[in-house]
Parts: sequence; structure tokens; C-alpha cells
Amino acid sequence: MTEINGPEGPEQPAGNTPDEAAVGPRRVVGTPPPAQARALLVRPEDEEKAPDRELPSEPDDLVLAKKAEKLVASLFILAMLAGFGFIAAYIGLEVHSLDAVLRSNLALGLSMAVAFLALGAGAVIWVRHLMPEVELTEARKPLRSSPEDKAAFKETFTEGADASQFVKRPILRRTLIAATVPVAVAPIVLLRDMGPLPGTSLRHTAWRKGTRLVQAVTGVPVLATDFVTPGGILTVVPEGTLSDDEELAKSTVLLIKLRPEQLEKPTVMNWTVNGTVAYSKICTHLGCPAALYEQTTHHILCPCHQSTFDAARGAAVIFGPAARPLPQLPITTDSEGYLVAQSDFHEPVGPSFWERG
Amino acid sequence: MRWITARRRHPAAGYAVVLLMLVALGGGYAFLTGSGAAAAPVSGPSSATIAKGADLFARNCATCHGLDAQGTSVAPSLIGVGAAAVDFQVSTGRMPAKQNDAENARKPLAPDFAGEDGPANIRAVADYIQSLAGGPPIPTPAQVSTEGADVGRGQELFIENCAACHNFVGAGGALTYGKYAPALNQSTPAEIYEAMLTGPEAMPNFSDSTLTPQSKRDIIAYVTQKSSENNPGGFSLGRIGPVTEGLVAFLGILFAVILSAMWIVAKQHGKTTR
Repeated sequence: MTEINGPEGPEQPAGNTPDEAAVGPRRVVGTPPPAQARALLVRPEDEEKAPDRELPSEPDDLVLAKKAEKLVASLFILAMLAGFGFIAAYIGLEVHSLDAVLRSNLALGLSMAVAFLALGAGAVIWVRHLMPEVELTEARKPLRSSPEDKAAFKETFTEGADASQFVKRPILRRTLIAATVPVAVAPIVLLRDMGPLPGTSLRHTAWRKGTRLVQAVTGVPVLATDFVTPGGILTVVPEGTLSDDEELAKSTVLLIKLRPEQLEKPTVMNWTVNGTVAYSKICTHLGCPAALYEQTTHHILCPCHQSTFDAARGAAVIFGPAARPLPQLPITTDSEGYLVAQSDFHEPVGPSFWERG
Repeated sequence: MRWITARRRHPAAGYAVVLLMLVALGGGYAFLTGSGAAAAPVSGPSSATIAKGADLFARNCATCHGLDAQGTSVAPSLIGVGAAAVDFQVSTGRMPAKQNDAENARKPLAPDFAGEDGPANIRAVADYIQSLAGGPPIPTPAQVSTEGADVGRGQELFIENCAACHNFVGAGGALTYGKYAPALNQSTPAEIYEAMLTGPEAMPNFSDSTLTPQSKRDIIAYVTQKSSENNPGGFSLGRIGPVTEGLVAFLGILFAVILSAMWIVAKQHGKTTR
């Protein structure tokens, strides 16, 4: 069904009824068409008469249209020139220094922007001022196939299946299925490339019994007698891991000096040295470096999600989304007075993982 | 005698007498209790300076910190904090504090510590506190000189030790319960050194035995270079780049896109109803 909102009003082209249209295609090629079918075509005597139109052929205001035409044409010419400008800029401008690249990028970007903008603006003005603005409604045909079509398809399909011997020769059928199975499984096997499984590496760090605590960046080992001012902090790493980013991401430790009497349970006192306590710097929430230490409140704050730990009470969580305290590293001093680890952390550091338990 | 008689009704006479008496009192106090100060380093400040410092302390600081700097319920003891802490707190205007806030911000100096006599007065108070029980001294110009310092190493050290709170270029950031780490762009080399050494407010301290003086000079070189660098554009948001300008441009262009979309689909009056 076609609805016309133009000046001519709704009108059907002669002879375009469904019955006649259905008859039309049945004629044999090369034979004269039936009279009804011929009604679809433009007959010689109709050629003088203007054909019925759904859309108006001329805009309302011809003067305005002429103006719009000139404007659109000049925009298109501008777009064309800008396009040539783009090619010229690409060929002509050097890109062998940073400044030259900046100039080249500016010229390329500007010319391309002008070309696209002028093209787009021209198209829109064309549509708005020259093309007619009428609303046409076209009915959809139903999506469901007709019963005849369905029956015909079924017939063709079974016929083809029988003819292919797919049903009659099971060995062919089964070997074909067997052949497709590995191809389908292959993408799953490719997931192996996502890397080796972490194994137990999430549970262990480089800290060992006797590993010296060395300052990050400088690698200087820490003498217990050098780190004595209450309120002091140091970022320390296991000796020998200074350039091992993988290891630093797990092993980095925040060394905090408090007055010994400030330390309370559940801090493990045997793991501290005269008020010096060592906590993992890796937040137990999502693994950010929790290193915003306030010496007045002895809070350790993680900047990512504001998890707050109390350094005087075993780094217990006092605020935020972290679920566990920061693991405490057991430390002591060696025979030369340097701070060393007593062992590895007694629990996995950093955020939770599925098999952590 | 006639000289005094002629001026005793002068408007400033009262102040002069009070000042004189205070100096005499402070001086007398320092003289009487001078035995403790005498144990200070040999090349230490004169007892007159310390007396002046004690006087200034009594006027500006004793309300909160106690007459003997022993601390009260609202302010900590200053015995043993050292001259560096005093110099940092007073020369940045943080002390004397106006009120007991979560964080004392940098502000204009108190009258006694501003102007021509300001530095000498700050020094006097610092010497007085130093005379009580020692502590970190004010660094010498050579200690905070950035000449020959390694800015690159300073950056590494700053990122590792300072950036967590102060942002990677020293723009500062929030802490807990209203406290914050201040921006470092106004800090002088001496202030940076003193802050690292003494750990003002919530800041932890970094003693010379762990973070060596050379490392501190490298860090100062990095911080002062960052704050002197040109930072074009609007709000720099801690030097994360031209984000604010980008946002303004983005919103402006988005607005233009919406307008042009409206223009493309706008009904043309008179065309449908001809």
C-alpha cells in the first residue's frame, strides 16, 4: 500500500492490482504478453501524457532552489579543492622532524576536515532545499513463509539429502563429523597461549631466611641502628631483586619505625625489631602500592580505594574495601646488625585469588 | 631623667615598657636557667638570641605548646623536635596555627615572623627550641644546594618515597580524616629538606642515616625543577596533561555536533503543508 502526501494526492497507477500482477510473470519468454500484463508497462499512447508520480519533480520555490543549487555546488567544489589539498599536503610536506610532522599533520587534518565538512554540508543543503519533503509509507510483507514454500523446501531438502548418500552411507557421515571435531576444539587449545598457570608463585616471594632488606632505588642495606627515628618509613625490597619488576611487584615491603610500646596485638612482636615493623606494600584489595603512611595516626592508606590499615595493630583493616590485613614480614637483625628477613611471608601477599583459600 | 619624664606619656611608652620588661624577664630566665643551654654545641647561638627566642615563643606559641614547650592537650611537646622543625613550621606560616585543624595549611606569616626581622626571629625561636633538647638543626645552604644534584635519580627516589602522598610531580593529595599532603610547588629547598628530616604533621620522617643527604639533594633538585617548569593550559590537575582544556573542547564540539544533527533533521516550515 502506498500513501502519497504530495500535491497530486493518493492515486494508484492503472492496472497495478495484486491479481493482475500475479498473472504477469507466468508468460513464456518470447511470446506476446497478455493484455493484463501489458498494463504494467508504459504503452506507446501513454508516452505523451506525463506519468503519474509519487514525488514532485520540481521544488516549490524555483528561485530559492537555484540559490541552494549554487551553494551546494560551491560547497562541493570546496570539498574537491580540499581533497586535492590533502593529496598535495601528503606529497608536498616533509615529515623528517618533529616540527615538520606537526605541520604536516595540521595540513592533512585541516584539509580532510574541510573536505568532509563541505561534502556533508552540501549534501544536507541539497536534501533540505532541493529534494521534496514527503512522507511515504510502505507496508512490509509478512516474514513467515507460505505453507507451499515450506513443503517445497522440505521436499527439496530430503531429496538432496537422499541424493547425497549422507543418510545411506554412515561411514561417510561419521568420518565427516570426526573430522570437524578437532577443528572446533582447536580454538580452546589456543587458550594455552594466555601463559603458563601461575602455579605456587602467587604464594611465595623472594624473601628467604637471612635475605637482607635493601632500600628501593638505591639498594643500600638497612642497618637497624640507622633506622631509629620514630615516625620514619622506608620502602625496602629483597636484596638482589632491584631490577626484577615481576618480583618487586610481590616482594616490596614498607618498613615502619614506631616506638616499641606503640605496637599492639595482633602485630607479631617476634617479627619486629625494636619497634620496626615490616608490612607488604601490596594492598590486599586490588594490589595497589599502599604507601600513604601517616605517622601521627600510624595509618597506612591505599590511594586506589582508600583501604586504611593500622600499622600499630598488625596492619588491621580499619576502613575501606580490603578484606585482610597487610601481611607482616618476619624480620630480625643479622650478625652485622643489618635488618634481614626471618623467612618468607607466612601468607600470600596482595589481592585475593580463586585458589587462595 | 628629664628625657624619660618628657616621654612617659607617649602613646608607645606602655608598649616599650612591656617589651623591655619581657626582654628582661626572658633574659633573666635564660640567665638563671642558662646552665642547660650552655651544654649546647660550642658554636651555638648566643644566650641573648635564645632569650629572644624564648620571649617570641612565649608570645606566639606557648598558648598551645605550653610555657616550657612541654606540650598541652591540644598541641604536642616541642622538646627535642629541633630547629629544623621550627624553621619549617614557622617559615611556611603553618605555625602559629589559627585553630586546631586536621591539617595546618601554608599561610601568610604571623606579624612577629614577617617583614625584615622575620627570619632572625624565626631563627631565634628555632635556636630556643634547639637549646631545650637538641634535634635536627636547620640545614645549611650547602646542604640544600641543588648544584650537581642528579635530577633523574631524584625522580626515582621521589616516586618511591614521596609520590604516594605528594603526587608524582608534587601536586599533593588527600589523606584520611581531612588531612592532606600539600602541594610542593611553593616549597623552598630548605623547607623540603626540613620536611624530610622532621616529618611535619602526618608526614613520616626520612632521617639522614637512611635517606642520605645526597639523596635528599637529588629529591630537592627534582621537586624544584618540576615546580619551575612551564605548565601551560588551564587547571593542570597535577600535570596529568591538558585534560581540562580537552574536556572543554569535547563539550563544545559535542554541543556543535548536537546542533548540526538538529539542523539536518529539522522540519522545514511550510514545505509539508504547501
